[in-house]
Amino acid sequence: MSLRTLEELKASGELKTSSRLEAILKMGHLAVTSECGPPRGSDPKAVTEKAALIKNHVDAINTTDNQTAVTRMCSLAACIHVKQMGLEPVLQMVTRDRNRIALQSDLLGAASFDINTMLCLSGDHQSFGDCKQGQNVHDIDSMQLIQTVRRMRDDGKFLGGDDIKRPPKIFVGAAANPFADPFEIRVPRLAKKIACGAEFIQTQCIYNLDKFEEWMRRVRERGLHEKVFIMAGMTPMKSAGMAKYMKNRVPGMDVPDEVIARLSGVPKEKQAQEGIDMCVEAIQRLKEVEGVAGFHIMAIEWEEKVPEIVERTGLYPRPQI
Amino acid sequence: MIIASKKPIEEIIQEVKDYKRLLILGCNECVTVCEAGGKKEVEVLASALRMHFIKEGEEKKIDERTLERQCDHEYLEEIRDVVDQYDAILSLACGVGVQFTAEKYHSTPLLPGVNTCFLGANEQRGMWTERCQACGSCVLARTGGICPISRCAKRVMNGPCGGSGRGKCEINKELDCAWQLIIDRLRDLGRLDDYEIVAPIKDWSTERSGGPRKVVREDVQV
Repeated sequence: MSLRTLEELKASGELKTSSRLEAILKMGHLAVTSECGPPRGSDPKAVTEKAALIKNHVDAINTTDNQTAVTRMCSLAACIHVKQMGLEPVLQMVTRDRNRIALQSDLLGAASFDINTMLCLSGDHQSFGDCKQGQNVHDIDSMQLIQTVRRMRDDGKFLGGDDIKRPPKIFVGAAANPFADPFEIRVPRLAKKIACGAEFIQTQCIYNLDKFEEWMRRVRERGLHEKVFIMAGMTPMKSAGMAKYMKNRVPGMDVPDEVIARLSGVPKEKQAQEGIDMCVEAIQRLKEVEGVAGFHIMAIEWEEKVPEIVERTGLYPRPQI
Repeated sequence: MIIASKKPIEEIIQEVKDYKRLLILGCNECVTVCEAGGKKEVEVLASALRMHFIKEGEEKKIDERTLERQCDHEYLEEIRDVVDQYDAILSLACGVGVQFTAEKYHSTPLLPGVNTCFLGANEQRGMWTERCQACGSCVLARTGGICPISRCAKRVMNGPCGGSGRGKCEINKELDCAWQLIIDRLRDLGRLDDYEIVAPIKDWSTERSGGPRKVVREDVQV
């Protein structure tokens, strides 16, 4: 795809929001996002210091929403800290903890800070977290959250039907897990998310490249790559132990035995570097896959490695807009 | 049917220990079928309590009775002439029966002897599993006859979530992923294309969220 300038895009009226991620993807660049897990406390530095490590190497920074159902600083507050640094946050919102009143309310709150990119998720079950005895909400599901945001943005309406004064102009993303079961509906499921209004996708961490490429082939077969921007999810492995843990313990994760074998094949002190190398190689391979629109690099508590990965894969410098 | 499970005997002893004259009241409906509160369970519990209190040197009158239903005025009337002989009733009916009995016999303390669990089926001998959460607005026509509300841990209406693996739920590898079951059934019915129909945002006002519910049928009222 040939690159377009921001001016051309603005003139064409294709930009629906002032999201930096939307602009970069629609200009035709391979986008790069990363994430910042908010702390289990109220110190804003835990967010801002992580964001500072990656700010020059990514287009936008996801802030996770009580990931793995462990209570943390809220995603919206973390987004505000990122925004106040002059960076572009991606608000992650799960449907586990809030009903439709709270979700719509938080969307308005986010938009009031000009947070204009978000990712809709269902969220890990609370039994994984620190409040196993709590209730979950799931008033609406992640697809219905996508619909909700699009309705609020495009129609300027609340779910209840009333008009919104200054509707939230938010670029809407969703997750996709090419590896979860049943495989046969992974592509129809993506189609469903697109039908609900998802504009970009950040995938589950990819370790099984063959399976991901097969998924992408099926995505292209249905022309879905032309309807949504697919960002490949990458998480470098720190050790063979982490790879085994991801394989056996993390829901929906597909870690082939070769990955574990390669990490186990080098001395322990060199496994982290091997993990980075593997991540770099994977990105280089996936850059060539038609329909991959960018990379979402989730270096969990290892944000300082994001610049190296971005630089070694030729994704640096990031476009300036 | 309504599935219940027996409360631990220690908990029941704590609840009844201060009452001298106790009626253990079984129910011949759901709790009999799920073997938690029928005539047989009343007998077993009565014997266990008698033995316990004899061992403790306490004198207690513990009687047994099992009604056809505790969720029906007609059958509850059957104990009206004896209810004054007891200081408390330990009901082994579901929460509905316990409450209905309490409403009927306002001055007699009512204690629950079972935990009411869910609406379910007898999947195999000694195992009951949930099938319905009584949301008041059935979606089964759209989900291959398998309920995502009662059988998905996140009640995802457009599933499965990313945590479905090898047909099982992320919260428990023994638990079937409801959406895997839905997809399998849609495929077998030749209706897999229906999977892509987006389920609309659900109106939960007919379930618990809408407050205590009532069904009124004027055509059968007298």
